Amino acid sequence: MERFTYAAPRTVKDAVLELASSGNVKVLAGGTTLIDLMKNGVEKPKRLIDVTGIKELNEFVIDGDELRFGALVKMSAVADHPEIKKRHPILSEALWRGASQQLRNMATLGGNVLQRTRCAYFRDPQYPCNKRQPGTGCAAIDGINRGHALLGTSEDCIAVYPGDWATALAAVDASFDTMSPRGARTISIHDLHVEPGRTPNVEHTLAADELIVRTRIPTRSAYRASTYQKIRDRASYAFALASAAVALDIQGDVVRDARIAIGGVATRPWRARDAEQSLIGRRLDERAARHAGELAYVNAQTTPQNAFRVPLGIAAVERALIVARERA
Amino acid sequence: MSGGETDITRREVIVAGAAVASLAVLGPGQALAVPSSGDQNELPVALHVNGVRHDLNLEPRVTLLDTLRERLNLCGTKKGCDIGQCGACTVHLDGSRVLSCLTLAAQAAGKEITTIEGISDPGGGLHPMQQAFLDHDAMQCGYCTPGQIMSGIACVAEGHATTDDDVREYMSGNLCRCGAYRGIVAAIRDVAGSGG
Repeated sequence: MERFTYAAPRTVKDAVLELASSGNVKVLAGGTTLIDLMKNGVEKPKRLIDVTGIKELNEFVIDGDELRFGALVKMSAVADHPEIKKRHPILSEALWRGASQQLRNMATLGGNVLQRTRCAYFRDPQYPCNKRQPGTGCAAIDGINRGHALLGTSEDCIAVYPGDWATALAAVDASFDTMSPRGARTISIHDLHVEPGRTPNVEHTLAADELIVRTRIPTRSAYRASTYQKIRDRASYAFALASAAVALDIQGDVVRDARIAIGGVATRPWRARDAEQSLIGRRLDERAARHAGELAYVNAQTTPQNAFRVPLGIAAVERALIVARERA
Repeated sequence: MSGGETDITRREVIVAGAAVASLAVLGPGQALAVPSSGDQNELPVALHVNGVRHDLNLEPRVTLLDTLRERLNLCGTKKGCDIGQCGACTVHLDGSRVLSCLTLAAQAAGKEITTIEGISDPGGGLHPMQQAFLDHDAMQCGYCTPGQIMSGIACVAEGHATTDDDVREYMSGNLCRCGAYRGIVAAIRDVAGSGG
């Protein structure tokens, strides 16, 4: 790990001023992505702003018509909360099915949404990578790409956005309050991450001096009839080969609202709106669930190595819809 | 993790340093100063480890794991992968299990840090989880064992050890390449069943 200087501000205001005051500066929270990438030489910040001592980032509000989680709330705190498990299983499951308990005790909800890709070529500086070093090429497109993206890819990058939590947040229309020296703003989860296009190094729309303060989740969209289903190479402590976040509003037998996001398969958290529309006003049986899964993957661009994940992804959507339906 | 019959561990004999010997006689809240290497970029960092306060000067890039092992001579916490994948470096921060290899020492300042050296009872007897690991033969080479035990203690305290499947899920961050998983699950279930 290369040398850096370190500051631990006590307020959000001081933190964003620190971020604005120098170049090549990074926010440090749980450290589970950043310290890892600094050890393998992918990240070389000159200065770290450790925000973990900022008390105003620990907000935890779960009554009312929106959930509000400060940026420093740990993954495990939400995953294990009895009310979240009972009323919003999609949120609890997306968290406890990610990482390990040690990592969930460290990783924060604010940092989690900005976690970096697991692409092995991105994570090893000896390979060309347009995301790590723009213009050098992509080693994955003609390399080992079994785990790479099927949706939202470009000629310059096929790296997967790996997060489970942001995928669930995309299903339930979460948003983020942020702060920068220019003031506060609110940004939708749908506007936070970007597809790689010609600039894979640009992964999100936050400014360099902008800090996530809290996550806001409207409770009307995070229904009780919801789930996060994840298919992996092993049963626990692995990233998704394909996953599905589903939340349903079912009246009688009829689907009034359906929210479907898919994870582990796209370059950003991916909402499957055509799949959702196919279910509205209909009875949700296994055939309809399967059809919705197929619609979610209609535009998949596969390689010989990763094509096997299309049927896995369809199965994840189908299974999630049936599991969520049983909770209605 | 051999039995707790002697006060002097193998590591203490190897290190044979005055600082390590003095650790045993310092009570909670007593400070132990460790000299600085004189780097201009160093920060003063006060760490509370197993009830003992250590006033250190550290570069910000130094991890908690390296501080425990290289500066405080607490080598029970193991360095396995050093990139957050194996769990050998698991310690408790304010009672919560974390990976010391991905935690900067500076971030642990002011928190209660508990390592494998800090879990035995004041008389030096084994923690029930240590005893259960012996009873169930829950190790072979033993390198992952301190991390397994720290994780296992937390797993029981969190209420995540009520079934074998639960233990497997919530212990998945601790790898054992000898494959002692059956004994590990049995040991943790044993402790959970006896009320922790």
